[in-house]
Amino acid sequence: MGYLDNILFTILLVIGFGYFYLNVKKIIRNINLGAAVNRKDNPKARWKNMAMIALGQSKMVRRPIAGVLHIIVYVGFVIINIELLEIIIDGLFGTHRIFAFLGTAYNVLIGSFEILAFLVLFAVTAFLIRRNIIKLNRFIHSDLKGWPKSDANYILYFEITLMTLFLLMNATDLHLQNIPGGYSHFIKAGSFPISQFIEPLFNGYSNGLVMLLSELFWWLHIIGIFVFMNYLYFSKHLHILLAFPNTYFANLNPQGQFDNLESVTNEVKLMMDPNADPYATPAPDENAVPAKFGASDIQDLNWVQLLNAYTCTECGRCTSSCPANQTGKKLSPRKIMMDTRDRMEEVGKNIDVNKGIFVPDNKSLLNDYITPEELWACTSCNACVEECPVNISPLSIIMDMRRYLVMEQSAAPTPINAMMSNIENNGAPWQYSQQDRLNWKNEI
Amino acid sequence: MSEVLIVPTMAEMLAQGKQPEVLFWVGCAGSFDDRSKKITKAFVQILNRANVSFAVLGTEESCTGDPAKRAGNEFLFQMQAMMNIEVLNAYEIKKIVTACPHCFNTLKNEYPELGGKYEVLHHTEFLKSLLDNGRLTIEGGQFKGKRITFHDPCYLGRANKVYEAPRDLIQKLDAELVEMKRSRANGLCCGAGGAQMFKDAEPGNKEINIERTEDALETKPDIIAAGCPFCNTMMTDGIKNKEKEGEVKVLDIAELIANAQDL
Repeated sequence: MGYLDNILFTILLVIGFGYFYLNVKKIIRNINLGAAVNRKDNPKARWKNMAMIALGQSKMVRRPIAGVLHIIVYVGFVIINIELLEIIIDGLFGTHRIFAFLGTAYNVLIGSFEILAFLVLFAVTAFLIRRNIIKLNRFIHSDLKGWPKSDANYILYFEITLMTLFLLMNATDLHLQNIPGGYSHFIKAGSFPISQFIEPLFNGYSNGLVMLLSELFWWLHIIGIFVFMNYLYFSKHLHILLAFPNTYFANLNPQGQFDNLESVTNEVKLMMDPNADPYATPAPDENAVPAKFGASDIQDLNWVQLLNAYTCTECGRCTSSCPANQTGKKLSPRKIMMDTRDRMEEVGKNIDVNKGIFVPDNKSLLNDYITPEELWACTSCNACVEECPVNISPLSIIMDMRRYLVMEQSAAPTPINAMMSNIENNGAPWQYSQQDRLNWKNEI
Repeated sequence: MSEVLIVPTMAEMLAQGKQPEVLFWVGCAGSFDDRSKKITKAFVQILNRANVSFAVLGTEESCTGDPAKRAGNEFLFQMQAMMNIEVLNAYEIKKIVTACPHCFNTLKNEYPELGGKYEVLHHTEFLKSLLDNGRLTIEGGQFKGKRITFHDPCYLGRANKVYEAPRDLIQKLDAELVEMKRSRANGLCCGAGGAQMFKDAEPGNKEINIERTEDALETKPDIIAAGCPFCNTMMTDGIKNKEKEGEVKVLDIAELIANAQDL
């Protein structure tokens, strides 16, 4: 390789990582649009969750077929990326298989990359079949119409392309390594358990052509990786990175425990305090905007809920386990997450266009994306939370939005209003007097 | 039910200068709903038989606020919670048992932050501990060999990870415990949670309780065991809808134990 190659490669590297960095900054900015919530307590339990659930994929295998296939792709992705280090060094300095000096260890490494690449091809093909031929319910669900469906397939095609290029690159390399007496800089290095079967394809081609192909495959492979990396931000595939922080910051409390709104606690305490002076002027520091109860837009959600939205990879396990969705209701927990992300992106773009300030656009997550009908269909059963392989909680968003509907808009369904006024008046959701609570004792 | 139930209230206990071992939180369903009152009575029978020193709040009990909270009315929930906590703390309550998983979850998880810190047990956990301590014996009686399937209440199971206590009790009845295809962490909701009990379902193509009843019927059970008054209602309605009320009964774990012993 001449210097031109190295310069081209450096430019590619800088553009690839530079653009990626810009988008990561945007993601962090958007997540920080959310309200504060403390998720830094108990780091031990949090690291453990991350190790078990993100790194260890423990929740994936609850559905064994998808789980095992996913682990193959995941392990493949992580391990094969070690090779990326060599590719980047080779690209920057014009070396060729810089780690070849490792000898046997190198052979083992390259050999295992190849086997993993083959397994990834197998798994990804199975994924394509599940999505497009078997058409599993959760993949043809109405939430996924249009872009999300194509996005999912593009990711799989991408992975097939990258793995194929990796194997072709090795096959041509092997072909050149095998030329008696050696050829150019193609030293004997690596073992090729898979690409040795592809290598004969290049018999009969001139050595120069095979070398050209080899370099072409090398370049396409690394360009593909950079394109894929930068595609992440625009796709549902961010989970490969965000699954880790997402499982770390996930809720550690029992799933049945919903947070007690602090702003409400203060008001209720004041109401119940017999010594409180109802005419007292509020404490002086009040430039603060009065707190809004519940959430109608993404800024009302907390930052972990927004991180959840970026992390969601739309696998649909939540929706397929949701009792409301299974019985034909409009609610889909996956759609709650997708809507939250779409709205967050919309708000983010608004901020970009308006030089860092959000200009109200007369839209909100509530109504423009998520309808009250969806929110009221939830039974709060936690099936979606339990199912999510990366501990996303669609339920917490649903509950925050119900709070807004009830406390800010008084927009509960009529029977719910009746239930609530019963509790207020007689301490039970039905119209029975509190004085009759113990009557059962004497009834036969 | 022949024997007289002994149900002291906290006020009576206090008047006698006594503190019970445990407070039985009856809950709204257990107090007012005709079907659920039978569960309440069955549980009291067992407590009486096991000589457990307990008391109820009686007319001083009020809704925990669970349905209000799940509906989104945090104000009403916290009002209820703080009023209840005042009463509970005034009686210096340390330990609470309840037959309703919704009360259980709220008291256990959501009251502590508001100043109500108690040891809270679901009645199946409490019965299991009585059994383990030799204070209660369970015989199969009429349920020997019967096929019983247990429907996990969401607020007991997923919400609080109590899966085994109710199953251990069923197995003590010498009954054949059969699992539905969706059980424990994968259990399907009965359709009542999240304040759904108090409203009509949104438009769809099926009622959730029917879907769940079908799960239960697939196991060809003699009895569907429940651990929640609301699940009990939903499953009972489902069985009626399928016109199976002659063959399949829906019973609470407390009723199974009380009936087995012919209390």
